[in-house]
Amino acid sequence: MSSTGVASTTVGTAAASSAAAARTVRARRPRRRRVGAVGANPVARTVAFVLATVWLVIVLFPIYYMVLASLRTQGEYLSGDPWLPVGGLSLSSYGTVFSATGLGTDFRNSTVVTVATIILVVLFSLGAAYRIVRRGSRFAAVSFRLILFGLAVPIQAIIIPIFIFCVKLHIYDTLLAVVLAASASLIAVAVLLMVNYLRAIPRELFDAMSVDGAGEWTTFTRLVWPLARPVLGVVSIFAGLGAWNNFLIPLILTQSNSNTVLPVGLFRVASTSEYGIDVPVVMGAVLLSVLPLVLLYIGLRRQFVAGLGGLAIR
Amino acid sequence: MATASAVLSKERAAKPLRSPRSARRRKLLLADIAGLSPTMVLYGAFILVPVVFALFLSFTSWDVVGKLQWVGFANWSRFFSDSGAHHALFVTLELAGLSWLVETPLAMALGLFIAGTQRYRQVYAAIYLVPLLLSTAGIALMWSGVLTPAFGGLAWFSTHLNLGFLDRNWLGSPSLALYVVVAIIAWQFVPFHALIYQAGRRAIPAEIYDAALVDGASLSQTFRYVTLPQLRYTIVTSSTLIVVGSLTYFDIIFILTQGGPGDTTRVLSLDMYDTGFLQTEFGYASVLAVVLAVIGIAVALALIRITGFGKMDSGREGIW
Repeated sequence: MSSTGVASTTVGTAAASSAAAARTVRARRPRRRRVGAVGANPVARTVAFVLATVWLVIVLFPIYYMVLASLRTQGEYLSGDPWLPVGGLSLSSYGTVFSATGLGTDFRNSTVVTVATIILVVLFSLGAAYRIVRRGSRFAAVSFRLILFGLAVPIQAIIIPIFIFCVKLHIYDTLLAVVLAASASLIAVAVLLMVNYLRAIPRELFDAMSVDGAGEWTTFTRLVWPLARPVLGVVSIFAGLGAWNNFLIPLILTQSNSNTVLPVGLFRVASTSEYGIDVPVVMGAVLLSVLPLVLLYIGLRRQFVAGLGGLAIR
Repeated sequence: MATASAVLSKERAAKPLRSPRSARRRKLLLADIAGLSPTMVLYGAFILVPVVFALFLSFTSWDVVGKLQWVGFANWSRFFSDSGAHHALFVTLELAGLSWLVETPLAMALGLFIAGTQRYRQVYAAIYLVPLLLSTAGIALMWSGVLTPAFGGLAWFSTHLNLGFLDRNWLGSPSLALYVVVAIIAWQFVPFHALIYQAGRRAIPAEIYDAALVDGASLSQTFRYVTLPQLRYTIVTSSTLIVVGSLTYFDIIFILTQGGPGDTTRVLSLDMYDTGFLQTEFGYASVLAVVLAVIGIAVALALIRITGFGKMDSGREGIW
């Protein structure tokens, strides 16, 4: 519900700008900040280390279990050791995931939905945030208030009208419906992230642009777009995570197998009698579904953390 | 651009005087419409209008196929005597309360830990965030594997390490299921809240800690009199997110327990889903949806009002 969380400290610290906004934007490398002298006590440090390691184990053990289970056949899974890699390993479950479960289609659908959602959310929210930051008219002010109001509305509470709306528009059971609903559910936070960021652009820069005779469009392409680039990445990751992992929206808005996205597909595979009991196949499918995100996370950790911070605005 | 024209345009704003100022205003308005309407059309159609429509539907009886009928307060009076819905409401609140109790101390402790700048703590922090990459559906399926009776990961400990209490029907036992769900939700979201606390802790000026050190404050005193009060807004943020998030929790419960065993984990959002999409009683389901939204917004407002938090925040000016 707030931007005091991660969002404002990661996105917003760049806001502490002075005249040289461009330089501020570029200087967003994480500095080693001094956080204050606490841990001088060795006992306390050791206790903290031990407890933190316990949580590390709690985080990792189900994931390790999933990885190991996915490397078994059904028979090996039932007879083998669930925690030690003994008693036969194979990649056969991954083969089954690809060939038999239909998750390949889901994978493609998820990719389409995610890319489309990212494009829609980033472009729309950038345009909106630019106008909100400019404070040009009452229309912009009212729009911003409406967007902020919508932040408080949980998607579960309005999923029935959304469903009916999609049926009446004849887009029920299409990926378009999923893209539109997912984008709408993400766009308020995206606008807020962008507004917090663009506020850092000093008014003088806007004024200088208009003194030079630049119109609103030129101001956008020459000033706002180049300065906003870092936050575009953050918003893309926020929107991409939301679209890739969303469950309720595609569950309600799609029906046929050809329009299923990954989270719903995983659920479908796990609840069919054919694969539901085949734990290795289910685990392999879950791992494959998260693999693209893990790879991105390794490459873009800082942007990911900032993008996850977008959730803090909810 | 002259005070004279400013006065003029104020005086005769209504007249079609083409002063440079009013032309500029029109241009700004057109630019605003161009920049904002894609967002507002999408947002209006999929968020704002549905809010109003959900409220409207709660006074009707409709199964989408048949004719929509206005039934007045019939759905609402049914809600007030529907013990199933009351139970769902109770389970929802129980889930929110338990989640808050479990997640807040854990997230705060971990957040303070990863606020340290030591290299290994940053490595820990990076690994802590991995659950946030998984979809809720994936998390549910992963845990159902770990928790499977007899063959699952936990059951192994009971046979090999003599920890018999670990081999249970975790999700099938009425007395356990809700707690297991709370634990899994904590596994998923504690890292996220730790991230919030990390940011909060790092925003505290180091000088305050230096002063506490000079004054000879012990570790627990420093926590009690420096860290905790300085984190109050962070605590409100995180608590609001935990409580409001749990109120609308759906995915994990839908996949893992379907509300069972019995109705022990049947939360309001699941009740709403069943009523609406399985029994196609959209009117009554809308009552449940409205209740869900009202409670969520009320809790958020209450937490923010109580703590006077809204005034501190520039990101959301104007709504609270």
